[in-house]
Amino acid sequence: MKKLTRPFDEIRKQAVEEWNRLWNDGRAVIRVESATCGRAAGVLQVADAVQKKLQELNIDAKIVNTGCIGLCYLEPIMDVTKPNQPSILYHSLDPKTAASIVEDYLVKNDIRADKALCSLGSSYANLPSLAELPVMQKQTRWILQRCGLIDPEKIEHYIALGGYSGLVKALSMKPHEVIEWVKLSRLRGRGGAGFPTGKKWEVCRSAPGDEKYIICNADEGDPGAFMNRALLESDPHFVLEGMVIGSYALGAQVGYIYCRAEYPLALERLRTALKQMADFGFLGKDILGSGHNFEIRIKEGAGAFVCGEETALIASIEGKRGMPRPRPPYPAQSGLWGKPTVINNVETWACVSLIFQKGWEYFANKGSESSKGTKTFSLVGKVKRAGLIEVPLGITLKEIIYDIGGGIIGDKEFKAVQIGGPSGGCLPKVLLTTPVDYDSLSSAGSIMGSGGIVVMDEDTCVVDIAHYFLDFTQKESCGKCVVCREGTWKMLQLLKAIKEGRADSNTLAKLEDLAQIVKIGSLCGLGQTAPNPVLTTLRYFRDEYEAHINEKRCPAKVCKNLITYYIIPDKCEGCMICLRECPSGAIRGGKRMVHIIDQEKCSKCGVCYNVCPPRFRAVVKVSGEHMNTPSEPIPVQRRK
Amino acid sequence: MINMAEASQILASDETIKVMEILKRYSSDKDNLIPILQEIQKNVGYLSPDFVRLVSKHLKISASSVYGVATFYTMFKFAKPAKHNIKVCLGTSCHVKGGDRILETFERLLEVRCGESSRDLMFSLERVACLGSCALAPVVVIDDTIYGNMHVDRIKPILSKIRG
Repeated sequence: MKKLTRPFDEIRKQAVEEWNRLWNDGRAVIRVESATCGRAAGVLQVADAVQKKLQELNIDAKIVNTGCIGLCYLEPIMDVTKPNQPSILYHSLDPKTAASIVEDYLVKNDIRADKALCSLGSSYANLPSLAELPVMQKQTRWILQRCGLIDPEKIEHYIALGGYSGLVKALSMKPHEVIEWVKLSRLRGRGGAGFPTGKKWEVCRSAPGDEKYIICNADEGDPGAFMNRALLESDPHFVLEGMVIGSYALGAQVGYIYCRAEYPLALERLRTALKQMADFGFLGKDILGSGHNFEIRIKEGAGAFVCGEETALIASIEGKRGMPRPRPPYPAQSGLWGKPTVINNVETWACVSLIFQKGWEYFANKGSESSKGTKTFSLVGKVKRAGLIEVPLGITLKEIIYDIGGGIIGDKEFKAVQIGGPSGGCLPKVLLTTPVDYDSLSSAGSIMGSGGIVVMDEDTCVVDIAHYFLDFTQKESCGKCVVCREGTWKMLQLLKAIKEGRADSNTLAKLEDLAQIVKIGSLCGLGQTAPNPVLTTLRYFRDEYEAHINEKRCPAKVCKNLITYYIIPDKCEGCMICLRECPSGAIRGGKRMVHIIDQEKCSKCGVCYNVCPPRFRAVVKVSGEHMNTPSEPIPVQRRK
Repeated sequence: MINMAEASQILASDETIKVMEILKRYSSDKDNLIPILQEIQKNVGYLSPDFVRLVSKHLKISASSVYGVATFYTMFKFAKPAKHNIKVCLGTSCHVKGGDRILETFERLLEVRCGESSRDLMFSLERVACLGSCALAPVVVIDDTIYGNMHVDRIKPILSKIRG
């Protein structure tokens, strides 16, 4: 590793110059949002088309790959900046449109209002600014401030926009003063449980021994959550700076990032970032002349949800099966290789950077009484504006879903919101005014979790959702403790019986009993929280469970064994489409003959329901009803 | 350390040589176990009993310990992989948006069950918990290509395009 030869002021000056040069050298800049989600939406093809167009037009412009600005519902996204003009953000692109925008805007000066969403910075040419968009108005972007705006593979961009000034600040303080600042900021862990970060650090610092470790938990396993991935892909140095600050405060010489292997782009950008840090003297020996030595190693997860639990994660780094162990001792006292270890979530480390860049007062001034600062969430499911958001803690769920998320897709009826992943709970409409902070969510039966918010509408069956989450945790249970291993399995069998219409009047009582036992008796967080989705749905949507059990009816028409597909004779035109597409060969009929579904053969796949032309709408899905249909196909003309 | 002669007694295949090359790059520290297994999985595609034995000798731990760790993590496979790997995401967002219907359609078209490979070893099909692209649900990943906003109608064309 190279040693630092330049003072930080000089580094920053050069970084600012480089950043300014990007914008002021007379050439246009095109930023392409190329995080994983953008790539799934096809942004790389868009970038290729733009590149080709620029060559064809002989325009010397710069293409910059950035991360994710969080407007996932509008991807693919790019923004175009002409010299001395604000950037204009274009959305929902395909390669052809993107190429035409480049030509229209850069050559013909047509702003292409049809595809432009907003300007970045001040409003421009009748376009609103990004901050004025409804999706942004209630957000506070601290952690995501640079996401989508900088090149995550250029450390200079991060430094130019305030990066590593927090590390410089921290290194000018005594280690115990650094911990004092974290305590004053009242930062709580962003991984889910919300333990005060400063307190954890203090325990670790005062634990005996010189060898200490810090770990960044990037094992974002909650299905439906992607905030950590987006942050690591968009602004990795923000997280890494916090780790260096933490290592100084705790006297740790080695740190680990435990990141899911399912996040290849995040891993790639982290590796690039670590190299740059070493080159700039932010890692390695005698960091910025402080005498402090620190290195960061990357460990890839191998696909085990339970490794998000801190003691299991440590076992996995040590090369063992990722099984949790009883606490105490807590990792802060005895962790990796038996040494005191601090584990914090990706977002927590970014919060640390922020606290030292802006001061603890800045951080503590935002948020609710018990929960300070902001929190990022991935807002997904049946919501119009799905994406990555950041809000001050204490905001209500209603503001998140309706003001930021724009409400339910197709303006359907809201049913529930699932927050906190498989460890969290489903909250109903009456609880939409619940403030989003650690304590309010926990008294509602959910948890903050790492930040997944999944919105569900009337077409979602809560029994099915409870079954889904329990199926997930049951499969991920490591099997070490009996109540989790056997209890979740038995609970799953009961839920299955309910879903399939085989449950009796005792089933709910049994399910509730077992849920309590698993909650109290499990060794680690996975088992202790696994019953939450079942318990909250039972608490708030008991009538739906009862409909499944007593009436053998699934009100949302989701549970396969309780639904039936019929072809309405009056509407069927005998077009043969469903007959040909049915994978089970369950549909009888002929050309211009009313089709009939053989219920014995029907596998309830719903293909007929989807392929029936909208102008006929002859296939219906019902639950708990019976419809009379002809026993043999009859000619369309002679029906009735 | 294991020498090449010893390795060739086990099985002198290209795959074994690849595994040997990987092992050379790691010390015998026990915490290297998972990274070694990951590299074999990535470059060779699966962990055969012979590879497990080689790793166990290299790290001086029992083969059953290696096997114990390997079977704990879903990433590791123990049978030769098919040519193309299909991962259907069944994260929460994908589930709510009909991911299981996508999976069922793949199962039907490939005539396999989830977790299996098609008879011609062209495709293997598996489910994953979450790929973190929830706003584009339902999501499918085939080899290294991500398909967002999947629909049952798109599956047949995608498969025939890959088949060529």
